[in-house]
Amino acid sequence: MSRHVVATAQEIPQGGRKLVMVRGRPIAIFNLKGEFYGMLNRCPHQGGPMCEGLVTGLRESKMPGEYVYSREGEILRCPWHGWEFDIKTGQSYCDPERIRTRSYPVEVATGQTVVEGPYIAETIPVSIEQHYLVVEM
Amino acid sequence: MAGVPAGAIDCDIHPSVPSVAALMPYLEDHWREQVTIRGIDELNSISYPLNSPLTCRPDWRPATGRPAASIEMVRAQALDPFATSIAIANCLYGIQLLFSEDMAAAFARAVNDWMAREWLDREPRLRASIVVPIQNAEMAVDEINRCAADKRFVQVLLLVMGDTPLGRRHHWPIYAAAEKHGLAIGIHAGSAYHNPPTPVGWPSYYTEDYVGQAQAFQTQLTSLICEGVFTKFPNLKVVMLESGFTWLPAHLWRLTKYWRGLRMEIPWVDRAPGDIVRSNVRFSLQPVDGPPDQASLLKLFDHMQSDDLLLFSTDYPHNQFAGLSAMPDGLPPALVRKIAIENPRATYARLLETVQ
Repeated sequence: MSRHVVATAQEIPQGGRKLVMVRGRPIAIFNLKGEFYGMLNRCPHQGGPMCEGLVTGLRESKMPGEYVYSREGEILRCPWHGWEFDIKTGQSYCDPERIRTRSYPVEVATGQTVVEGPYIAETIPVSIEQHYLVVEM
Repeated sequence: MAGVPAGAIDCDIHPSVPSVAALMPYLEDHWREQVTIRGIDELNSISYPLNSPLTCRPDWRPATGRPAASIEMVRAQALDPFATSIAIANCLYGIQLLFSEDMAAAFARAVNDWMAREWLDREPRLRASIVVPIQNAEMAVDEINRCAADKRFVQVLLLVMGDTPLGRRHHWPIYAAAEKHGLAIGIHAGSAYHNPPTPVGWPSYYTEDYVGQAQAFQTQLTSLICEGVFTKFPNLKVVMLESGFTWLPAHLWRLTKYWRGLRMEIPWVDRAPGDIVRSNVRFSLQPVDGPPDQASLLKLFDHMQSDDLLLFSTDYPHNQFAGLSAMPDGLPPALVRKIAIENPRATYARLLETVQ
């Protein structure tokens, strides 16, 4: 395991996302209300590019005709077949016990700590003034 | 095909109304007179044309008159030879085809009373389904409530092809009444013929109509699941009668696949369709579609992922198998017993109240 600096925090505004590569793996990073979450950019179903999916909310229902909409912006639908995933945990909604997408914790680190290391800043030039997104892998 | 264990519960036999005259004592005055004035001599559906080879097995066909039209015939042909402990009578009379709600309700009342007096009172091995005027849910519920006190009625009988999909909410009062009284909902092959019996229009031949029933069952299963009938009525048991079942695994694969991607459209469907089927839906055995060999049939049971789904039926007097070989060959004895006895008892709550 090593820690990889993948982007500056400013690059991904709230509600935004960015596709980065970490050790050759495509990771989709999402900004949910200032918190960052990483997800393998490969749907566990057939490999769809998750980063291109529709971000939506969670629909639940106790009875036919009732729609309870919550967690707006926290659910990702794969662009290929519409399977829903919890951006925070990678868990699917169609089969939560068996199907999940790999999730990666994303840490926000100050420029000062990043400059001091030990981080791998593959393509990102770092400076102490910025905040950086760090993925451990 | 193999024999049936003694004591089997036959979940689909078809005593028939011998003629409209048989119902006359059970019709209210107005309708009795209407039969005479209008010259109503026949209310049987064309789903089973009298002379079609499928409608009656040759050795069960009487010299004259309708098949399965007397209690002696049913005893000698359907009950005694198979050592059946209980058989559920599903009367396929043309009630559902009528356009008049009042007439449908009146004839449903007559058929149900005729069934109770002429059959159930005379043969303790028989149980029956309540025929309802599906044309009007309120009237159907009235008929369910009227008949439900008689515990020998174990099910409400609907046809697989009516005016609208069975999951739609205007049908729900029927399901609420059935659930309340511990009655299963039996959906039987057949059409009201208000719409073409195929989704692509009117076919030319009887074969097309009969084979096409399976697509109607698939569509009704999809409707019941997607509309949330089993979310609203979690204790409801639906039995698909004369539906075939070899289509079930492939249909569930397809339904599950699209539910996974479109779940958000019907969020009340919070379990995979296959899980819902395994808890709430059952299928009668006959007719068994014809897989090319025994191994293919056994593989199908693997695909169904459950031994609970099938209920023994002969589909008497329809021509589905020869002799007493109503059970497919090569099934493990434990599975045969489940199909013949345990699954029917687990499905029809009222059998436990009245059996023994």
